[in-house]
Amino acid sequence: MSAVPLLRGGGQLTDVRCLSEIKTPARSSEISSSSSGAMSLGTPRSLASSGQKNIQDIRHPLCAAEESASSRSADALIHPGSGAATGGGGGEKDLSLPNGTPVETSSPASSSSLLNRLQLDDDLDGETRDLFVTVDDPKKHVSTMETYITYRVCTKTTRTEFDLPEYSVRRRYQDFDWLRNKLEESQPTHLIPPLPEKFVMKGVVDRFSEEFVDTRRKALDKFLKRVADHPVLSFNEHFNAFLSAKDLNKRQGLALLTKMGESVKYVTGGYKLRGRPIEFAAMGDYLDMFTQKLGTIDRIAQRIIKEQSEFLLELREYGPVYSSWSSFEEELHDPLEGVSGCVSNCSSALDELTEDMSEEFLPVLKEYVLYIESMKTVLKKRDQVQAEYETKLEAVVFREDKKTPVPTDVEKCQDRVECFNADLKADWDRWQNNKRQDFRQLLTGMADKNIQYYEKCLAAWESLIPSLQDKQEARDETN
Amino acid sequence: MADSGSEEIAVIGNTDLTPSESENNLKNTMVEKGTNLLKRMEINVAEAEKRTGKNAVNMQETYTVYLIETRPVDAASEGTNPVPDSLWRRYSEFELLRNYLLVAYPFVVVPPLPEKRAEFVWHKLTADNMDPDFVERRRVGLENFLLRVASHQVLSNDKIFYSFLTEENGWKETVFETGFQAKADSRLKALNATFRVKNPDKRFADMKHYGDELQSVISQLLRVRARAADRLYGVYKVHGNYGRVFSEWSAIEKEMGDGLQSAGHHMDAYAASVDDILEEEEHYADQLKEYLFYADAVRAVCRKHELTQFELEMAAQDLTSKKQQREELATGTVRTFSLKGMTSKLFGQETPEQREAKLKMLETQIEEGEELVKERNTECDEYVKSAWVDIERFKEQKDHDLREALISYAIMQISMCKKGIQVWNNAKECFSKM
Repeated sequence: MSAVPLLRGGGQLTDVRCLSEIKTPARSSEISSSSSGAMSLGTPRSLASSGQKNIQDIRHPLCAAEESASSRSADALIHPGSGAATGGGGGEKDLSLPNGTPVETSSPASSSSLLNRLQLDDDLDGETRDLFVTVDDPKKHVSTMETYITYRVCTKTTRTEFDLPEYSVRRRYQDFDWLRNKLEESQPTHLIPPLPEKFVMKGVVDRFSEEFVDTRRKALDKFLKRVADHPVLSFNEHFNAFLSAKDLNKRQGLALLTKMGESVKYVTGGYKLRGRPIEFAAMGDYLDMFTQKLGTIDRIAQRIIKEQSEFLLELREYGPVYSSWSSFEEELHDPLEGVSGCVSNCSSALDELTEDMSEEFLPVLKEYVLYIESMKTVLKKRDQVQAEYETKLEAVVFREDKKTPVPTDVEKCQDRVECFNADLKADWDRWQNNKRQDFRQLLTGMADKNIQYYEKCLAAWESLIPSLQDKQEARDETN
Repeated sequence: MADSGSEEIAVIGNTDLTPSESENNLKNTMVEKGTNLLKRMEINVAEAEKRTGKNAVNMQETYTVYLIETRPVDAASEGTNPVPDSLWRRYSEFELLRNYLLVAYPFVVVPPLPEKRAEFVWHKLTADNMDPDFVERRRVGLENFLLRVASHQVLSNDKIFYSFLTEENGWKETVFETGFQAKADSRLKALNATFRVKNPDKRFADMKHYGDELQSVISQLLRVRARAADRLYGVYKVHGNYGRVFSEWSAIEKEMGDGLQSAGHHMDAYAASVDDILEEEEHYADQLKEYLFYADAVRAVCRKHELTQFELEMAAQDLTSKKQQREELATGTVRTFSLKGMTSKLFGQETPEQREAKLKMLETQIEEGEELVKERNTECDEYVKSAWVDIERFKEQKDHDLREALISYAIMQISMCKKGIQVWNNAKECFSKM
């Protein structure tokens, strides 16, 4: 019995010491580099590219952090490219980098504005970023077969995993969906951020309306940023391909998961879980309660939007009545027209508020609900892995031949469990921090929008008062 | 003093104001400005109380009475500040007073009473006459009515009005003794009758039209406003739900908990603030309602003009036909078809004596008729003059009052916006500490 390391129930993962000590982007444990559930750095690329190191030459970020930092800085030099990205010759009118990569430098994509947008996010724990991603510039494509929207994905990075420091590619929702699926497959022990909803009722929502497209763009932008911020996911080869490949589809077939082989099979069924470690049980409970609260908040927000819309309808009828009144008054003509104008201004302000809440507040709530759904799935997978381990362990414990060493697959199971737990715990803490930031931003934004609404109305009414009183004074003077 | 000039305030009993009675009243109004009752006396409707008693059909009923306090202005300024005189009146007595004034002074745009039943109600307001908020708003409206009457050049001098304010007992009897009731009925009938006037004064026709439009537009405004108030109430109150859910949510959070909890309190405060906001807006609605009812009073004055004009035209028409008849009789020619003419043709002419008698009768009638036309003409002119004076006064008052109402409405909106900004700023601070 003592030969087999028991999984500690309290979720103490002290064996995985590297997690707590390294400040730079944490990686999953190195316990078993071969078949662990931990992420591989990616497969060797088949495309020739000068200046790009082979996978084996790249240090694992977890070990010897200082070394990796220094080695990375050495690699930060841009190697004059050949071959890696070839867009230069294809008749593009865009400006290109010396190495031929087309980079759009028209104003929305100019470096300063890109950085400005990116710097809105706080730097957590003083992490220095070396990968910046944005999604913008939606465009409609019409072909005989279908109509769809593509978004421009701009990347700026100093990472050596990338051939170039900058990329600009066009992707459609399908591509994001592909990426997410790949991430889920290849990083099953991690929490993958959610995407905005895939399907929309064709009759109900206009998929090509400005509001829908912009809402989607923002969610896609958030998705990529979250992946880019993730210490493990951001190094995923599929993510890399997504950001850099000219033609994504071609890459799809070549992505290999050789090292992943067996570890992909995490959706094991039928194993019964003995005891969930308190930590993970607490996570599950929290997620359940939090989902409930989010649902309530979503309902409240929708109700408010509805009531405001109804109020707006009445206002739009109310204002004009003052106008029609003014039409048969003499002295009162201007004051009544003034009030009518004021009400009209307030109506517009209310319209903006409602629209903003619809477009910016509700989607974020929805996104979190989806996020939590996928997190619960990961928690379930973890339970499964643990259950599998426990079952196999039990079988081994009761084996007849006590002298034979513990079979390796039980050891592997144990590794899997411990890695999963480690990954999950790190991701959980990261998620909690992000969640706090996100909601602080979301709710502050909601308060801001309401403040702006009232300020607009205030300005309208305040500017009316003098014009209402002026005539009064003028008349009093002539009396 | 307003009473100088004559004690002969018109007694309503026989006909409309005779020319001399009108003249009297006009004389009273021509007393120098500033001698209206309000300058001499402080009036206010201080309280409201519930009473129960037996009504006319001997059934128990609950009703509200209002305390009217009066105090001479001079006494107060002398520093003695005596206890005011006071008496209790109920709404129906106010109605009686107003009906009397309508009949006694048809050329005056008589101030309206606050509404009998709550109308243009939005869901939170009840239509219950016993509701304390309704009673309070009615108290204010009744005081406003008395102040308006007391500051009116003509109305404030009325004895019945004075005794309404000063004599609790026996006032009703005094009113009925004026015999105005009979006039009230015929007035109503006349107002509702349809008749065509050939030469109405254009100003009155325009004013009547204005009254119609004003009534229509204010009704619409009040209706939409009530609906909007309903919706606004909903918006604010739903925010209260945020208070609850933030509180529940804060219980499962560590660092975010405090910020959420306090933000929730601000959301509760926000939701609660709408009650005061809408109560203030009711005051604005009441100001609009007053002019909604004023529009009716204006229409009545214009209608009365039409009636006097019509009666004049009728008298003139009658006179013309009588003159024609005389001519025909005198010259023997039948100009117009008449039964008499036909029968005389068929059954033979009358005797000279009969004709003579007829002619004489006609002459008398024509004389009387000419007197009547002269009378009615004067009536008409005087009515037009005095009514138009009051209409001009009304127009000025309306322009002033409604402008003030709009200003205070704007101030209300500004206050509401400022409150909103404050609450959301407070909430924002809590959120930023999450």
